[in-house]
Amino acid sequence: MIQADLSVVLPEIILALYAMAALLGAVYTGKDKLASALIWSTSGLMVALAIWIGTSGSGANTAFGGMFVDDGFARFAKVVILLAAAAVLVMGQEYMSRRGMLRFEYPILVALSAVGMMMMVSAGDLMSLYMGLELQSLALYVVASMRRDSIKSTEAGLKYFVLGALSSGLLLYGASLVYGFAGTTKFAGIIQVAQHGEVSIGLLFGLVLLISGLGFKVSAVPFHMWTPDVYEGAPTPVTAFFASAPKVAAMGLFARVMHDAFGHAVSDWSQVVAVLSVLSMFVGAVAAIGQRDIKRLMAYSSIAHMGYALMGLAAGTVLGIEAMLVYMAIYVSMNIGTFAFILMLQKDGQPITNIGALNQYSRREPGKALAVLILMFSLAGVPPMLGFFGKLYVLRAAYEADLAWLAIAGVVASVIGAFYYLRIVYFMYFGEEGEDLDRTSSPVLWAFLMGSAAVMILGIINMFGVDGVAAAAAAALVN
Amino acid sequence: MDNLLSIVTFIPAGAAAVMALLMRGEDEAAQRNAKWLALMATSLTFLVSLGIYTQFDPANTGFQFVEERDWIFGLQYKMGVDGISVLFVMLTTFVMPLTILASWNVATRVKEYMIAFLLLETLMLGVFMALDLVLFYVFFEAGLIPMFLIIGIWGGKDRIYASFKFFLYTFLGSVLMLVAMVAMYVDAKSTDIEFLLTHTFASNSFDVLGIHVIGGMQTLMFLAFFASFAVKMPMWPVHTWLPDAHVQAPTAGSVVLAAILLKMGGYGFLRFSLPMFPVGADVMTDLILWMSAIAVVYTSLVAMVQEDMKKLIAYSSVAHMGFVTMGIFAVNQQGVDGAIFQMLSHGFISAALFLCVGVIYDRMHTRDINAYGGLVIRMPAYALVFMFFTMGNVGLPGTSGFVGEFLTLMGAFQKNTWVAAVAASGVIFSACYALWLYRRVVFGDLIKGSLKTIQDMDARERFIFAPLVVMTILLGVYPSLVTDIISPSTEALIANFNQSLAAADTSAAVQTASH
Repeated sequence: MIQADLSVVLPEIILALYAMAALLGAVYTGKDKLASALIWSTSGLMVALAIWIGTSGSGANTAFGGMFVDDGFARFAKVVILLAAAAVLVMGQEYMSRRGMLRFEYPILVALSAVGMMMMVSAGDLMSLYMGLELQSLALYVVASMRRDSIKSTEAGLKYFVLGALSSGLLLYGASLVYGFAGTTKFAGIIQVAQHGEVSIGLLFGLVLLISGLGFKVSAVPFHMWTPDVYEGAPTPVTAFFASAPKVAAMGLFARVMHDAFGHAVSDWSQVVAVLSVLSMFVGAVAAIGQRDIKRLMAYSSIAHMGYALMGLAAGTVLGIEAMLVYMAIYVSMNIGTFAFILMLQKDGQPITNIGALNQYSRREPGKALAVLILMFSLAGVPPMLGFFGKLYVLRAAYEADLAWLAIAGVVASVIGAFYYLRIVYFMYFGEEGEDLDRTSSPVLWAFLMGSAAVMILGIINMFGVDGVAAAAAAALVN
Repeated sequence: MDNLLSIVTFIPAGAAAVMALLMRGEDEAAQRNAKWLALMATSLTFLVSLGIYTQFDPANTGFQFVEERDWIFGLQYKMGVDGISVLFVMLTTFVMPLTILASWNVATRVKEYMIAFLLLETLMLGVFMALDLVLFYVFFEAGLIPMFLIIGIWGGKDRIYASFKFFLYTFLGSVLMLVAMVAMYVDAKSTDIEFLLTHTFASNSFDVLGIHVIGGMQTLMFLAFFASFAVKMPMWPVHTWLPDAHVQAPTAGSVVLAAILLKMGGYGFLRFSLPMFPVGADVMTDLILWMSAIAVVYTSLVAMVQEDMKKLIAYSSVAHMGFVTMGIFAVNQQGVDGAIFQMLSHGFISAALFLCVGVIYDRMHTRDINAYGGLVIRMPAYALVFMFFTMGNVGLPGTSGFVGEFLTLMGAFQKNTWVAAVAASGVIFSACYALWLYRRVVFGDLIKGSLKTIQDMDARERFIFAPLVVMTILLGVYPSLVTDIISPSTEALIANFNQSLAAADTSAAVQTASH
């Protein structure tokens, strides 16, 4: 029995054991000198695990009495999480080593948080949910304050920690209410109790508190306040990480709790999620207009994008989950390219985040500027870039679920949001002559930027088959 | 060849890709290569598209040259042309080589400039050929990106404001259409335009937020599409982006904008609004007819007081588009034929007028009407060409402008006499502003010192105008060249429209009877 259980969680165990072994090994041998090697080996392992998970698993397996679920949905989310984490690790290596920030703990902490994220999307029980969530969050609190000598970075870490703890508290309180009124912490048990039309008031309170806690993690409005500060304060490679894998994990967890535990009470939570979605889209679009710091801008951009992903979730249908998964996959690939670009921006060796510094960037770096142009239009959801198809997908899901008002709000918000993406294009192409940024040549970052832009263009031919896989994953989650 | 349409559509994009990936440098030779490659690609597109024109069978009212392939999300890559769209395709391929020639003197970032125009051509052709809702939307919207860059990079002094206004205005209109498209997809379970043309959308009235919507779903969908096409067209009162965009855009940008991009709105009305939502269209017809009449009169008056030549022609474009919407929503043979004719004719004449402005702008670097006067003394050939297109713009019999205005007015007269009467006064106003512009620029004494050495048109400029002159006269004296091709399709369109209206009426009557 225990052997069968362990074989289901084998990828997580491998990654966790690897992290511990790497920690011990690095402490006793080279410490920070090993950091670069650790980064490459960690991301190599993650890619290998992603390939393994993506190709080998089949059907729905549970372990430890249903506390851990390994189904198509979990596998899809895990592949995206692992690939995103691996990409971001590799991207940040040069940036961090040049600034003396490269500590050997960084890849190890990222690996541990990846274990947490894999637990999250596989959670089948409120206990394992919380375990995964905390493992992920604790590792992230530490990496946010990686630059111990920088006030902003430590502030970011502290803020993230305090607000994260608050959200965990809300979530725990919700979990305790759910346990109290459902009599079980297992999703499979809760769903029996939470039938449509007979959700008790206590259970409803628990549900709302759970949603609040999860809302913090996906940085949905009105639980978004930490996002811009943490994005701005944390070192850029860490910000890139925040904007990618943890968002997918939190969204996956959100979907799992809603459908696995409350799948028979869709109408009860769908309206709450719809409100979170519409608020996120508008606040994300409007608040970003005034931002001059590209990292803060990307923070609001990610808030808006979470709003669109939540639109898929709010639909409460198979199509909605499918749309959400496709949206998140597209979002992550766009963000990796964008952050590869942000990591490249520097002047006299110092990182630059002011978008005014991009003036006439297209003259000096036409290739990179074109790639960023493609990414910006994709983020704005303008066809023919892939970002548009992600939006189309969630719009369709929302409309089919009788949420036409949400779809209309979404497209209006996307027009407002287009303004600030256009402004980056404006600086790069129409701006006045400014001072030159450094001509950095980092093949890794260049490859990620160009690759991401190419995906946005070439993906429209057949989406690399992601839509079919996402459909299967969604069908596995929603019964 | 069964993928002729795709070949025509993607030749320019292929040339753009070659330019982007293989051509390096900003020196003289690289610039010359970029220009010649762009010219050859657009000319080749035109030549190949002649194949579509010659093989097109006007008697067949269905779609021809259809290509179909599966695409993502259950969508289709489906292309095809019918009598309504084929001439727009020809207009696009015809005008593009001329715009490239007109941009021969561009000095900054020539390669990027040519890439933007080539991509724009692909996207515009795609709009007129797409037979899948989402594919149409992709082409329709993607065209904003190159145009945004063309205005923003190579535009005039206030180009930033104009480019943002252009983008956000048209984007806002289009996203509402996107929601309606999603609704159509959900309702009909298909995005195939050919299928949707035969599908009947629900037209029973219901309440939205306490407002009683006559025509129900169809009216809402019609309005969503209307938001997009009316902005694109542009119709009064959402036309204000156009003068800004025109004034700031480089000459070739204005030409493309006036000659082709504006026609997408009219094409959209004919492809989607009328045949797919006949009940919704019927509900809105009166309002739109009056909006068109107001547009004709109001923008003509506004054009009269402009000091900037491009702005004047831009307002005159809005007025001419007013005739187009009037003809379309008269929904009869003369009206719709006239609207298409007017769009094609305006494609030649407005393009030529913007090119005329470009000729003297290249020399004097001002568009201010007061900076000119007496040009006929130094530039007789230019004066002749400008005179010819001014007359075309006014709608002088013998030019293509007359046929379009006459047919649309005739169509509107049958539908709503008062609208036709009001709009007819716009014909007089258009004569006023156009002739007055001509008098101030070309006639009078040559007193401005800076004009004393101005040169007449060179061979390249004459060569650009020649085909436009030919087309304007040809269509003016032999309009059947166009109407023979479009009439069978428009006839079918109108017959279907009236049939669906009658069917909707009976079903509504049955419903009320059963209540």
